[in-house]
Amino acid sequence: MIEKALKGNRNYWAWIASLLAVIAVGITAYNRQHWFGLTVTGMGRDVSWGFYIAQFTFLVGVAASAVMVVIPYYLHNRKEFSKTVIIGEFMAVAATLMCLLFILADMGRPDRVLNVLLYPSPHSMVFWDVMVLNGYFVINLVSGWTVLGAERRGVPPPSWVKPVIYLSIPWAVSIHTVTAFLYAGLPGRHLWLTAVLAPRFLASAFAAGTSLLILVTLVIKQCTGFDTGKEAREKLAVIVTYAGIVNFFMIGTEFFTAFYSHVPSHMHSLQYLFFGLEGHYTLVPFMWFSLLLGLGSLVVLLLPGRKSSPKWLAAACTGLVVSIWIDKGVGLILGGFVPSPLEEIVDYQPTLTEIGVTLGIWAIGLLVLTLLLKVAVSVKSQE
Amino acid sequence: MNKERREFIRKTGLGVLAGICASSAFMPAFSLEETVLPAWDEKPVPGKIRWGMLIDTRKCLNECSECVAKCHFVHNVPDFGNRKDEVKWIWKSSYEHVFPTSTQQFRTSDVLQRSFLALCNHCAEAPCTRACPTEATFRRWDGIVSMDYHRCIGCRFCMAACPYGSRSFNWRDPREGIKLASVDYPTREQGVVEKCNFCSDRLVRGLIPACAESCPQKALTFGDLNDPKSDIRVLLESNNTMQRKPELGTKPSVFYII
Repeated sequence: MIEKALKGNRNYWAWIASLLAVIAVGITAYNRQHWFGLTVTGMGRDVSWGFYIAQFTFLVGVAASAVMVVIPYYLHNRKEFSKTVIIGEFMAVAATLMCLLFILADMGRPDRVLNVLLYPSPHSMVFWDVMVLNGYFVINLVSGWTVLGAERRGVPPPSWVKPVIYLSIPWAVSIHTVTAFLYAGLPGRHLWLTAVLAPRFLASAFAAGTSLLILVTLVIKQCTGFDTGKEAREKLAVIVTYAGIVNFFMIGTEFFTAFYSHVPSHMHSLQYLFFGLEGHYTLVPFMWFSLLLGLGSLVVLLLPGRKSSPKWLAAACTGLVVSIWIDKGVGLILGGFVPSPLEEIVDYQPTLTEIGVTLGIWAIGLLVLTLLLKVAVSVKSQE
Repeated sequence: MNKERREFIRKTGLGVLAGICASSAFMPAFSLEETVLPAWDEKPVPGKIRWGMLIDTRKCLNECSECVAKCHFVHNVPDFGNRKDEVKWIWKSSYEHVFPTSTQQFRTSDVLQRSFLALCNHCAEAPCTRACPTEATFRRWDGIVSMDYHRCIGCRFCMAACPYGSRSFNWRDPREGIKLASVDYPTREQGVVEKCNFCSDRLVRGLIPACAESCPQKALTFGDLNDPKSDIRVLLESNNTMQRKPELGTKPSVFYII
């Protein structure tokens, strides 16, 4: 079936070539990091996680959002999602792969990564995260590929694949819950030490991840003429709207708890992110941009008729993706480290090397996604 | 013919394998050197000892940093001269940084000007050991929170988990930052986390921690918190002391007299 990814027009190969070029840049940057150590990044003793972990957190959400097409199609038998479901599953595969690569890129000793399996430590949330992420990767690849293979041969999918698909539903919730627990269980990091973090992660995942899915279906329609259906896209846009509202509601509750209780340590990180603290304002414009862009996108989706216009839909979805990428990726991770446990403020800025590695990993993810979707579209349109 | 040959190879292989297994079982008996295992004669009892430290901040001199210099020399702690790559096991800071959650108003000017030592608290309920995915950091039988530099994968979860900022990461090759090398303790590698080890390397040689030994004011008292007759317990009972961020329930083993 993979041979279908080897046939394509000029634009297809140009896109593949440009992705390979970005991957080459990423590998060069990573080589530098591997040789000189993580000192080549913007991270340091005080802000000890940065861009990589931010991307990882955001992409776990993208991966989890596949469940928003799996549930209506397989549990509720909504036929309008029949063409979108495979795109959601393959997007989850690519996103999970990127998550794993970002963790690897962030590690000081990636050569020892198998120690996580050699000395399994159930008391550590990282152990569980590695388990669920790898599991989710396999589940989506196997179920997506098998169903697609059966469709190509014109036979019904094998019966064993149904339970695997059903398993992917709670599993999607688990990957994002465990990812939230990575942060939410640490004493002394007040921005993260909140029970609402896991629910908020799920809400932002279903808003941003599903938005990205809508965008991918629009791009496929533009490039290949293969349309997953307007009806499916509009239903997904409804999910995006509700999830987005819940997400911003929960951000609001964080503000209330911190500022009404007026406990300094609970306010500090939010003050640093949104208002600036002791003369440090680096992230303030980004956070307000994120907040206003997100709310603006939701308004567009709520206005009557805007959802059915592909242009407005694409604009609103892009807005939400960018907004949540800033808020949940960059803002959440950096805000957890500022102020430091000794209440000192250190600003973080990613370096060119760090951005190079990040772009390289995104390009790897996009390459895998492109190849998988090429196969899916070829099978679906019976080329 | 071919089948017989295969059978022959199979049986010979199994025989050699069995021979190796059997001889390895008897190996210690035939060892060329006599094996002495005194460490296994006396098995440590977990929790019997709990090493702790009491810092009398009234005695600590602002201009002195003997303990920091001695510790960092003995343990080959690198110095790169910048905050981003900084590695530190023990350092001096102000009251509001070391005790950020206990900053009451109208403190005496003496306390506000005094400098306070910060180091790993060797918590009884350490969040770092809970977060570590490989048990590269773990609590020993004597209460010391220790590091296995050869197992650490450099994920820096322990650094995010530590509420005292006591952990440092080797962002670059630490040997480049060591001006005067010590032979007492191995250097670490790029990409692993490190921190104060309560001088477990010196304790086995019968020495007290380098910081406590080097203090000209004798402001640092090291001892067994589980022994009611130890100096540290006597001092703890006769003085009003503080721990860092006690509200987090980590139960630090480092105490302060303010």
